[in-house]
Amino acid sequence: MIATLEETPSLQRAGYGSVVASLEGISKNYGEVRALRNVNFTVGAGQVVALLGPNGAGKTTAVKLLLGLLQPSSGKARVFGGDPTNPQKRMRTGAMLQVGRVPETLRVREHIDLFSSYYPRPLPLEEVLAAAGLEKLRDRKFGDLSGGQRQRTLFALAICGDPDLLFLDEPTVGLDVEARRALWEEIRRLVERGKTVLLTTHYLQEADALADRIAVINQGAIIAEGTPAEIKAQTSGKRVRCVTTLGLASLLQIPGVIDAKQDREAVEIRTSEAEPVVRALLARDASLSGLEITSAGLEDAFLALTQDNGENDNRRN
Amino acid sequence: MSTAAAALTNTEIERSTSHNATIFLKEAKYEFLKNLRLRVYTASVISFPLMFYVLFGLVLNAKEAIGGTGVPTYLIATYGTFGVMGASLFGTASGLAADRGLGWLQVKRASPMPPFAYFTAKVVLSMIFSAIVVSLLLVLGISFGGVRMPLGEMAKLLGTLVAGSLPFSAMGLAIGYFAGPNSAPAAINLIYLPLSFCSGLWVPYMFLPKLVRQIALALPPYHLSQLALGIVGAGRHESAATHWEVLFAFTLICLGVARIGFQRDQGKLYG
Repeated sequence: MIATLEETPSLQRAGYGSVVASLEGISKNYGEVRALRNVNFTVGAGQVVALLGPNGAGKTTAVKLLLGLLQPSSGKARVFGGDPTNPQKRMRTGAMLQVGRVPETLRVREHIDLFSSYYPRPLPLEEVLAAAGLEKLRDRKFGDLSGGQRQRTLFALAICGDPDLLFLDEPTVGLDVEARRALWEEIRRLVERGKTVLLTTHYLQEADALADRIAVINQGAIIAEGTPAEIKAQTSGKRVRCVTTLGLASLLQIPGVIDAKQDREAVEIRTSEAEPVVRALLARDASLSGLEITSAGLEDAFLALTQDNGENDNRRN
Repeated sequence: MSTAAAALTNTEIERSTSHNATIFLKEAKYEFLKNLRLRVYTASVISFPLMFYVLFGLVLNAKEAIGGTGVPTYLIATYGTFGVMGASLFGTASGLAADRGLGWLQVKRASPMPPFAYFTAKVVLSMIFSAIVVSLLLVLGISFGGVRMPLGEMAKLLGTLVAGSLPFSAMGLAIGYFAGPNSAPAAINLIYLPLSFCSGLWVPYMFLPKLVRQIALALPPYHLSQLALGIVGAGRHESAATHWEVLFAFTLICLGVARIGFQRDQGKLYG
């Protein structure tokens, strides 16, 4: 069936999209700090779902709740329809977490050998090493690895049990461009084999390149959710740059201006629609010069979503 | 059926007993390798008791006797206890505190590792290193200190001291749950060294000040050292059962404290 599986577009695959992991009305407080606020979120079988947000948004907390490493203050986390702390469920999941220190005197292959032993049907060592690009580093002690090589080893530990559901918390932090691309390829290959992946990232580009669905999270709440195209459409905007005598305060009063800031001799204005803003600018300042209009990049879209959070606290898709 | 579809069926995967045994063995094997390659651990845990023994048992007082027992023999029992304590406390507490505080234990807990395997590995490691320290003390004593002991007595001494690793491993787990990753070694020394002195592991019990002698009766290392000394005929002729009971009770208390820490971790974020 593997051959037909590869030929079938992912959307037609049996079971695709049915919920394998979910957060249901989850809130999580650390004392006074509200890390997550009434979060509802699902991961469908065979999908790559990205939790996208700035540092401290609550991404890692969400992952740890789904791994059963944290208990929610209210709400319920489910994995394969059950409690994530259930060892049976854990045999079907793999996780790559951000970790401060890994035992440094064990070799790469020894770490993999130990983690493989926890699972009922682990992948062969050679396959794991190849998938994580660690063939030449198998006998290297963890303490002698570079930052990127350490990340790849942690990735290897996440996949060595051949889990159905994979949690990757900031998997490409510290990787160079080449290693990042290689990891993306590996994640795509896992999905082709029918695996489900939940990844967190603060790189919009990464979410865009990998995910079927993106949930944008900020200050503990999901503020937008949809396909990468939907997210981008929702936040697409323009950037208007010009040299003007108008002050920032008066610029912000022009209808349609989201944000304005001084950038050396010019000002930079963010807006959803450029034309009315430019018309207004020209009408108010005859001496305006150096006019440039550019499409806002992905980063701007992301910034727009996360910065407006105060007003859009409960906006959901 | 595709894997995605398989994800939906509720097939329970049971681990067989032999699979569980494999996990426990691998966990212990790699715990041992990890620490064997960790020079801080091997150097402090093995070399300190040996150095003390060579200095005070072989170089300085080799011809003396304490209550009819030669000093080199007497000190195998007390430095043996000292070595067992060190191997057990450092074997459990510092690793656990670091694993907990710096996120590695979370990675392991997120995996299907049976939690018991993790703790068992640390206890087994402590026992192995305890056995190594005691064996080396015996070798030194026999080779250079004129220690003569029937084989059965030697085995009994080794077995008692290695079993004595358990209370201190339990104590180490308790410390590991309540000490920070960087402060753990200091916390261990703060407990380990005064405890050793007050229990008569450095200066024989009868030479301790009166007040300290009274304190010693409440300290677990005193009871383990008396069991070891009893085997070589230098004990204070107290009931061995009492010593074992004290050590057993102490183990239970420490495990109880460690359990509180374990449960606290289940609902709390570290790292």
